[in-house]
Amino acid sequence: MIENVDLSLVNWSRGQFALTAIYHWLFVPLTLGLSFILAFMETIYVRTGDEVWKKITKFWMTLFGINFAIGVATGIILEFEFGTNWSNYSWFVGDIFGAPLAIEGILAFFLESTFVAVMFFGWNKVSKKFHLASTWLVAIGANLSALWILVANAWMENPVGMVFNPATARNEMNSFLDVVLNPVAVDKFTHTVTSGFVLASVFVIGISSWFLIRRRDEVLAKKSILIAGIFGLVSSLLVAFTGDTSARTIAKVQPVKFAAMEALYEGRSDAGLTVIGVLTDSGERIGEKKVHDMKMKIEVPELLSIMTTGKDEGYVPGIRDLVNGNPERGILSVSEMMERGTHARQVLTDYKMAKEIGDTETMSQLAARIMGSDFTENYFKYFGYSYFEHPWQVIPSVPLIFYSFHIMVGLGFFFILLFILAISFHRRMTLEKNRWFLWTALFSVPLVYLASELGWIVTEMGRQPWIIQNLMPVKVAVSNISAGAVQTTFWLFAILFTALLIAELSIMVKQVKTGPKH
Amino acid sequence: MISHAFLQDYWWMIISLLAGLLVFLMFVQGGQSFIFSLPRNDLQRKMLVNALGRKWEFTFTTLVTFGGAFFASFPLFYATSFGGAYWVWMAILFSFIIQAVAYEFRSKPSNVFGTRLFDSFLFINGCLGPFLIGVAVATFFTGSDFTLDLFNRVTWGSGWHGLEALLNPVNLLLGLAVLFLARVLGLMYLENSVDDAELGAAIKRALLRNAIPFLVFFLAFVASVMLGKGYMADGVTGAVTMAKYHYLHNLTGSPVTLILFAGGVVLVLVALWLGIARGSGRAIWYAGFGTVPVVMALFFVAGYGETAFYPSSSDMQSSLTLARASSSLFTLKAMMYVSFIIPFVVAYIWYAWRSISRSSITAEEMSGEDHIY
Ligand code: HDD
Ligand code: HEM
Ligand code: HEM
Repeated sequence: MIENVDLSLVNWSRGQFALTAIYHWLFVPLTLGLSFILAFMETIYVRTGDEVWKKITKFWMTLFGINFAIGVATGIILEFEFGTNWSNYSWFVGDIFGAPLAIEGILAFFLESTFVAVMFFGWNKVSKKFHLASTWLVAIGANLSALWILVANAWMENPVGMVFNPATARNEMNSFLDVVLNPVAVDKFTHTVTSGFVLASVFVIGISSWFLIRRRDEVLAKKSILIAGIFGLVSSLLVAFTGDTSARTIAKVQPVKFAAMEALYEGRSDAGLTVIGVLTDSGERIGEKKVHDMKMKIEVPELLSIMTTGKDEGYVPGIRDLVNGNPERGILSVSEMMERGTHARQVLTDYKMAKEIGDTETMSQLAARIMGSDFTENYFKYFGYSYFEHPWQVIPSVPLIFYSFHIMVGLGFFFILLFILAISFHRRMTLEKNRWFLWTALFSVPLVYLASELGWIVTEMGRQPWIIQNLMPVKVAVSNISAGAVQTTFWLFAILFTALLIAELSIMVKQVKTGPKH
Repeated sequence: MISHAFLQDYWWMIISLLAGLLVFLMFVQGGQSFIFSLPRNDLQRKMLVNALGRKWEFTFTTLVTFGGAFFASFPLFYATSFGGAYWVWMAILFSFIIQAVAYEFRSKPSNVFGTRLFDSFLFINGCLGPFLIGVAVATFFTGSDFTLDLFNRVTWGSGWHGLEALLNPVNLLLGLAVLFLARVLGLMYLENSVDDAELGAAIKRALLRNAIPFLVFFLAFVASVMLGKGYMADGVTGAVTMAKYHYLHNLTGSPVTLILFAGGVVLVLVALWLGIARGSGRAIWYAGFGTVPVVMALFFVAGYGETAFYPSSSDMQSSLTLARASSSLFTLKAMMYVSFIIPFVVAYIWYAWRSISRSSITAEEMSGEDHIY
């Protein structure tokens, strides 16, 4: 089936990483949110001593356990894949990128896995208080896991806190604080964990609605809907807010991604925000990339300009400006950046060569140049561009990013509404009567997973062709192994993870049908 | 002033410690490898799995942290070994992926594939995990077939991408030694934490049968490494050469290493005696406190002194020394501050471990309403 498709090593490696990351992300957001929901529920149990709450907590905890196991299984592979499949990347940035990963293990994973054991096995072995504390620590540990990996990921989007060391030919960290407080990291962490809270809330409301549709376990269902409704509403508002700040930051650090999110080809001073749009092939091309026209557009006038620049006449560059350059607006063309990057690479190679032959005089001259601010700010900054042959190669897939982004945002507002309805029907005690709502809530469960995955598609596909923005394209990051090897592991992962996912879903469904233990 | 060299040694010590803890915690894998042979019936199997299932996360997380710490402190090793010996690491990873779900899924209704398959997953992980990790670590002494270019990009010589390590008998010796050690530790752990007379008797019998191959393989490995040639790296030029008895010199040349090694070996022997002759549940603790220093000592031998810890057998000058493979001074220092949290982490793990393992696993508990695998 694959013999006649000629996909290169890079593409198989990308495919494998995408596959494993997407699978990991099927399980992680539920852990992030459900762990807090469990902690809320158990807190109520400990405070009121009401056994019903214990039963509720234990029911959701069973589902948590099933999800958690497979989340862990899919996570380990990602960590090692940086080495196995992106070894040039790992060497080039291990100095900076490895640190958050190690901290994550030491600080977060142990916290999580230690207290997960207490949470599951401790009910009759430790005091109520200690058990409750363990449940909270699991939630905190899980969300700390997210923190460090997202710091690492944000660094790839906006590499900060480092200098290039000519002696070792790679980047080295010079400020840990800059890495952690990277604006992209702040946005990413807040947006991602709150989106996990939203996902878990929709999950809980959806399953509870199913109980109500079946007219069973109604106490459990209603109490769960209330908790998840409140938590979800707060979180979904935060999701919208942090999503907005993420977009603003991207406009600054990854303008091409931003333009792709809005399918904006021509820069504009009074750019409107597209709410709904359909893209069609305009027949035009930039290099080999298609240019898309927007049809059937519903737009809020000037909002995009206001959002990105704070002014209604603020200028938002389009893809054409970013590729071809726009001197009026002070935008460098990609071909210019390619030249500067090539120059930077030449200087570094000269340095290496001088070092090889032991020419210390040239070495110290070049080193001084490399460490100077002119070089870092005007040349080294564009290092990664030296790997391209054509300027249009910096354009990611516009329709994919545009649609993914807009569906995510649309769903985000839909969930706000869903939570408001859940809370108000609960207050008026009319949940059972509004069966349409119960069905909607149930069908929102797959939708929230979709929104969540699409968020990552925007992030990761939007930064293509970069693995590290402006410094390293994906194609030079890859390990030197045969495409066949990666292809084999790709299929092994695809089969194994799919089989495990099927088992997980089947077990989950069975546990939900069985309901809480009486 | 903390020097770069000091921090490199410091981080190698942390890596060695994590490796020691990992090998000890592989008692989980060792125990899993008995899933089909030791229990006489399903109830006994359930007890075995549940006793191990309370601890598997620790082993798993230690492996993950071991990888992360290696990445942060010696990224060139991470890139070279993982990107080069692709198949060995992939095989190890696959065996851990299937383990992670097996506990949770094995006895749940509607698990699609049946208990038997998930139990086989535990068995596969139990055998392959320790064996392959042992083989991979042995290459620290025997070398691998790779070259690094001017920009430190790795090219692996063999198209088998790491699996060729299985052809070297010395590597196999360590793989088998680690496997049987894990099995011995697993038995000792079960002896300690399962309360069942029939199972207890079976454990005692199995202990002797597994202790002997462990000792044979371990001694054979240590002898062949110590008496053979080692990869010596010149302290000034970094040039790598083969030197007779190099590892033996590293072992005997450093009192700390020697004490760790000898002390650890004695503790493991005491543990074996306690477990086999006395049937004592305390054996696991002696074995644990023995295993960690022995593994640390072996890592010290491979990394400290004028030694290349990840040698290339085909292009000796590509070999990695701690200095060559390490992160920058800044990163190692930042990471050092992070490492100060480790004692705290160990303390809460210890506390949580004690609090749920105070009582042994019994047959009654297996039918209770709690979280049962
Ligand atoms: C339940 C899931 C969910 C929902 C409803 C939303 N998001 Fe989101 N979004 C995510 C889940 C997510 C995510 C999976 O968590 C991502 C992927 C990477 C990241 O930082 O968060 C993401 C990424 C992401 C990005 C790209 C960040 C980057 O490239 O680094 C932007 C600009 C937004 N989101 C904006 C929004 C806005 C304005 C929303 C309106 C309500 C919204 N998202 C709802
Ligand atoms: C591609 C990068 C990623 C890597 C290398 C990675 C690595 C890992 C590893 C090794 C584990 C298992 C830990 C254990 O032993 O307990 C794990 C689990 C976990 N990861 Fe990831 N991860 C990645 C992405 C993410 C993201 C983006 C998040 C959250 C925002 C996240 C959050 C978690 C959480 C909460 C767990 C706990 C297990 C679970 O609930 O599913 N990870 N990850
Ligand atoms: C768990 C949530 C995540 C999902 C669903 C996800 C999704 C994706 C997707 C779809 C791709 C493929 C892009 C391509 O076509 O190349 C990708 C690539 C990649 N992502 Fe992520 N990602 C996640 C988190 C992360 C994190 C946290 C990191 C880093 C810490 C990361 C690092 C990478 C790398 C190194 C690649 C491969 C290189 C590349 O293609 O750019 N990802 N991811």
